[in-house]
Amino acid sequence: MEGKKLSNKKTNHAIMMVIIYVVLIIITALMLIPFLWMLSASLKMNKDVFTFPIQWIPDNPRWKNYVDIWTKIPLLTFVKNSAKLTIIVTLLQLFTSSFAAYAFAKMDFKGKNLLFLGYIATIAVPWQAYMVPQFMMMRAWHLNNTHLAIICLQAFSAFGVFLMKQFYEGVPSELCEAARIDGLTEYGIWFRIMLPLSKPALSTLTIFTFVSTWNDFLGPLIYLTKNELKTIQIGLRMFISQYSAEYGLIMAASVIALIPVLVVFLALQKYFVQGVASTGLKG
Amino acid sequence: MTAPAKSAPGKAPAKQSGRALRNNLTAYSFIAPNFIGFCVFTLVPMVFAVALSFCSWDGAHDIEFIGLKNFLDLAGDQTFKTAFINTIVYCLGTVPLTLVCSLGLAMLLNQKIKFRNFFRTVSFFPYVASLVAVAAVWNMIFSPSMGLVNMVLASLGVENLPRWAAGKETAMITVILFSVWKNMGYYMVIYLAGLQGTNPSLEEAAALDGANKWHIFRHITLPQLRPTTFFVTITLTIASFKVYDQMYMITQGGPGDATITLVYDIYNIAFVNTPKYGYASAVAMVLFAMVLIITLIQFKGSSNDN
Repeated sequence: MEGKKLSNKKTNHAIMMVIIYVVLIIITALMLIPFLWMLSASLKMNKDVFTFPIQWIPDNPRWKNYVDIWTKIPLLTFVKNSAKLTIIVTLLQLFTSSFAAYAFAKMDFKGKNLLFLGYIATIAVPWQAYMVPQFMMMRAWHLNNTHLAIICLQAFSAFGVFLMKQFYEGVPSELCEAARIDGLTEYGIWFRIMLPLSKPALSTLTIFTFVSTWNDFLGPLIYLTKNELKTIQIGLRMFISQYSAEYGLIMAASVIALIPVLVVFLALQKYFVQGVASTGLKG
Repeated sequence: MTAPAKSAPGKAPAKQSGRALRNNLTAYSFIAPNFIGFCVFTLVPMVFAVALSFCSWDGAHDIEFIGLKNFLDLAGDQTFKTAFINTIVYCLGTVPLTLVCSLGLAMLLNQKIKFRNFFRTVSFFPYVASLVAVAAVWNMIFSPSMGLVNMVLASLGVENLPRWAAGKETAMITVILFSVWKNMGYYMVIYLAGLQGTNPSLEEAAALDGANKWHIFRHITLPQLRPTTFFVTITLTIASFKVYDQMYMITQGGPGDATITLVYDIYNIAFVNTPKYGYASAVAMVLFAMVLIITLIQFKGSSNDN
């Protein structure tokens, strides 16, 4: 559409495009430099990390950093803990959210509005406002220093129910009616019709939950104080504060902490962008 | 605590047919797994938090009701005041800056250009990247003595190099810059979605009438984006009130208490110093009130739009 407007002034348009590309390249550089610097530093000796002018590709890449990091801290344990929590939370979130959203979107029952109001009323309450009593409650049940606490914290969000409900409402009710006449139970309709149809919404919820659980910091920081239970984020932070001058190793561990999210993000990027965009349009 | 889910069928009128009852029960069985978890782990602690803010409790002794004392104590608490002001300063810094950057980026990436998806992906990646990892790089790049940023500034002939996270005046700015860098991609996506909803024929008509690019943007595109801008402002404001992790990783709240925020204060009162859970909850209620006010403005704003 920009092209049409300026088609009568071709040179003007060309200058405009050059400016746009230059600005974009500068912004992209600003966005990427921290990641490139991280990658570059992860392959250097500590003494070479801060040399200036910066050597982006080290002459002798120190791959040993990526070997040493696994023995310097129990990184494998941290990665395993994060992977376990992320997978369990994501699966639970997908199941409970889509299950509840089906009833809210496609069934009539007593107390529907009241129950839904229960979810809506909590949108305005930030987790940080009730994290302390939540911790006291969990501690009273001896759930502090367990992975179960983190799972309970993350697996039942109102957000998931909203997201799935919004999608299910877009599915024509005639589909469900026809299935009921054919003798499918409500559970059958959910499993055989709604779930397969809602792959885009499920993908959006998957990547949102995956990213937020993998990257979660404050929750695990409060609940998990034993080394063998810590997640990658808490473990990485602990390593940074204990060995603050091990620049190369810190950067190698950071790269490892980034990879799973990078992979999931690139694979499901489309759904993530759609999800963000739809939350914006709703508001 | 799961009463709403269970008591509702009991209230059903007696003449209700068995089929409707069975239908209700099926619906509750769909909702139960999420709702029970949600009640136990979210609703109950929320109510507990409100109650606790009127009590004194150290976790070891009995909970004692003390009325408004926690809130009265807040008025004379210097750390709380600093945390409150810092939170507002952080909000006033990040919200406009993120808004302008994300809108500008969205306008650029809404053009027909090559590698558009690549540029979008790159701008969005900091948002999903692990905060611990990117904060670690940020600290090294902004290191006052050897970091890349100060080295570049020094080679450009700048004297009195900023001390970034270590300087009392610059610490907050460093965190704000970091937050803008990390989050602008997210709001850019929201703006891109908003731009899809604008009417291109209006802009084309204005261009034919000889309006320049800036005027088209200022008087035609921007007014159409009003609902998006409103939503982004609200979301950014609420997010900025809840800030904690960035400070913890870049400045540790310092130097001194230059970057202590409300959530930082809550965390310190409850988990670092001698625990005062009631008092921590009182600070939490202030945070809640701030978020609630913004949410009410949002409800009012979006109902006006409709």
